[in-house]
Amino acid sequence: MPTYDLNINGRTRSAESADPMKPLLYVLREFGLTATKFGCGLGQCGACTVLIDGQSTRSCQTTVADAAGHAVTTLEGLGSVAAPHPLQAAFIKEQVPQCGYCTSGMIMTAAGLLARKKSPSEAEVRSELDGNLCRCGSHVRVVRAVMSVAQGG
Amino acid sequence: MNARFTPSRRAVLKGGALTVGFALAGLPVAAKAANAPGRPLDPTQVDSFLEVNGGGTVTVYCGKVDLGQGLRIAMRQIVGDELGIGTDKIRYVEGDTALTPNQGRTAGSNGIQQGGVQLRRAAATARNALIALAAQKLDRKPDDLVAVDGAVKPKAGGTGVAFADLLAGKAFDLKLDPKAPLKDPKAYTLVGKSLPRPDVPAKCTGTNVYIHDFKVPGMMHARMIRPPAIGATLVSVDESSVKDLPGVQVVRVKDFLAVVAPDEWTSIRAMRALKAQWSEWSGLPAQDQLAAALRNDTAVSDETTVNKMVSGAPPADGAKTLSASYFWPMQSHASIGPSCAIADVRPDQATVWTASQGTHGNQLTYARFLDLPVDKVRLIYMEGSGCYGMNGHEDAGADAAIISRAIGKPVRVQWMREDELGFDPKGPPQLIDVKGSVTPDGRIFGWRTEMWLPKSTRGMPYIPLLGPAAAGLDLTNGLNPGMVAQNGDPPYAADGLQVIVHWLEKTPLRPAPLRSPGKPANCFAVESFVDELAAAVGQDPVAFRLRGLTDPRAVEVIRRTATLLNWQARPSPGPGKDAAVARGRGMAYVHYKHNEAYVGIGMEVAVERASGRIKVERVVCAHDCGQIINPDGVRAQLEGSITQTVSRVLMEEVKFDRSGVTSVDWSSYPILTHSDVPKIDLDLIDRPETPPFGAGEAACAPIGAALANAVFDAAGIRLRTVPFTPERVKAAIAGRQS
Repeated sequence: MPTYDLNINGRTRSAESADPMKPLLYVLREFGLTATKFGCGLGQCGACTVLIDGQSTRSCQTTVADAAGHAVTTLEGLGSVAAPHPLQAAFIKEQVPQCGYCTSGMIMTAAGLLARKKSPSEAEVRSELDGNLCRCGSHVRVVRAVMSVAQGG
Repeated sequence: MNARFTPSRRAVLKGGALTVGFALAGLPVAAKAANAPGRPLDPTQVDSFLEVNGGGTVTVYCGKVDLGQGLRIAMRQIVGDELGIGTDKIRYVEGDTALTPNQGRTAGSNGIQQGGVQLRRAAATARNALIALAAQKLDRKPDDLVAVDGAVKPKAGGTGVAFADLLAGKAFDLKLDPKAPLKDPKAYTLVGKSLPRPDVPAKCTGTNVYIHDFKVPGMMHARMIRPPAIGATLVSVDESSVKDLPGVQVVRVKDFLAVVAPDEWTSIRAMRALKAQWSEWSGLPAQDQLAAALRNDTAVSDETTVNKMVSGAPPADGAKTLSASYFWPMQSHASIGPSCAIADVRPDQATVWTASQGTHGNQLTYARFLDLPVDKVRLIYMEGSGCYGMNGHEDAGADAAIISRAIGKPVRVQWMREDELGFDPKGPPQLIDVKGSVTPDGRIFGWRTEMWLPKSTRGMPYIPLLGPAAAGLDLTNGLNPGMVAQNGDPPYAADGLQVIVHWLEKTPLRPAPLRSPGKPANCFAVESFVDELAAAVGQDPVAFRLRGLTDPRAVEVIRRTATLLNWQARPSPGPGKDAAVARGRGMAYVHYKHNEAYVGIGMEVAVERASGRIKVERVVCAHDCGQIINPDGVRAQLEGSITQTVSRVLMEEVKFDRSGVTSVDWSSYPILTHSDVPKIDLDLIDRPETPPFGAGEAACAPIGAALANAVFDAAGIRLRTVPFTPERVKAAIAGRQS
């Protein structure tokens, strides 16, 4: 079976797939990296967002073949409960998630934004996050958390 | 796999008393899936709710589940205070039919007000028993003792005895005393504090195990194949269409069709590749005729739910009589993660891991269609993507169970996006006519509400589910829309008040309770019409409402709502109604179900006349849910209620043709996004001395009317059909009724 070498959260991993079109989302989840969620499979909701070479990317729209050779970062790679990334710490402090199914995608999109712009305006944060849907209505807290890091940066 | 369990779940696995059906150390999954002997489940017994462990901890067994609304901390706060133990010493088990008592479905905003109060009484009963035991042991009067930090101690100071030492390995063996004296709320040190929710750190770092992430050994992945038309039957399946995909199996049971594969992506490929032929079906009404179809439906029974006396006094000179018709469309739960479940069905027993809000109720349903004894069917709650009543979680569990039985292996089913938006049970359409009169000085008389609503099937023992129905399995079908007729009458004094419900025997798409079932529509009609009456006699909307209210809690939330908006008293519409961007404010009020939380909602909106676009700029909410258990938890629920319902009012309508739902992705069923989420200001009124009411739904109810009233104040147009799309706004501006 064809194999694809990926750098995931700083570690080289080999993914076997008979189908080169297999979305990165399923590759990650089969490695046990389940923070990244299936939401629509259409690139519309943002639940599957990861960083590829530092840019926020929909893993449901990225094939394993296209991801090969690139650096993929998932929420697990950003930080942990013991050593959280500043965005994770801010999301915890603001008690952002309700169900939390969208949270990983929200944080990864925000991480992608802050990587290219340290102090975005609130309007820029909202606009960037428009592609990340939330149904529980955690939006006001998401924006507050991201802005607290943006201003801190 | 055991590394993936959260501490709270691991905490269940203490000693040999509990038999747990999932594998932890390579044990076969569901080897002992049937309801474990040893765990008391009788909700009249203290032991069913509370277990004192060695090591200074207590385990709470809660039949209500946490969907992100914060019960895991709130219940710990309630029990911790009442029993006398820190929240960090409380282990927590939720929604497992083998381990937790049946406290009813987590619905109707009743988690705290019913489930929490039940736990509080259990804790109070337990505390009194522990103090009595300590009194004997320490040879002191019970009144001289206090339960604190997991021990009973003399109030005067000195050594105490730990709960576990008092019980000495025995159970409480006590009936829950529903009148057990509660602590003075002033003595509470946990209730009323914004303690953080314990699941939040894991959710922010990717270690929370959702049902979507859970695995059991040997588990197969399945996808459902839905008919292209909702009433279609399966004519034929061409299994050769998936023969090139490794390890794929087709499962067909009558009209139930699924594909199974060893991995998830292959199951999706098989779902796409499988060729099946279905019959034609086109039994739905035309979308643009839906309101008329409800009104003209002849299969109705009528019920007068409110009928208050009329004085018979003749109306004053100059009284005005208005009538209006309001419509609320079908809406979807629109969960971000499509429904998912895992089932392991054996010939003599079944285990289902599910995100259902009603594991216990579904235990009966699943036992019925699987034809197994109830005590051989175990449902274990695991958190899923947010659900607000009943989305597809229950259906996915049934799908998984049917497939698992067919192939003899554990099966995980996850729905696709088009399954979730297309086939989740919907909030039903609601048509509401209101007629009423008002005197020039603002007294309401002759109010009459008429509603056209789907009728809940009376005494329905089983929840209607897609899978069993398609597979022809034994399950009574019926309608389960929730308590959709409540709050159809105004909470204000009125001389003559009538609510008539035309109960419909059917509704176009399968209904289910959707957050605050029926009340957003009913309150939309009632509180819009109240504003219409106020405007008809040139009165300020706040003053008009206050005139008809005597309940001081009602008066307070309305006054506080007005204060948050810096309300300037004047009739609507405002002076700037013809501006290119017209701005206005509006408010609405609800006493939820007429006996729960009091909520005032105020809004500031901008209406862009040229585009018809409404921007909700700010929402304020004054909220009185009695005793507040966790203020930050209440705030999160209000933010969620407000944001979600603004989305429903501005944007959401299930679209359908004669065969089925056509709004099956996020471009055809859009929801509110960050740029359009309003600023939200909250004013929580805490009443520690009164019972706690639910806070998860009530604030949804006044949103539609507050928004419509603000739009009327801004632009002088009255919107009576949800959603308030730009097309409807433009039509209203052009003078065409929407």
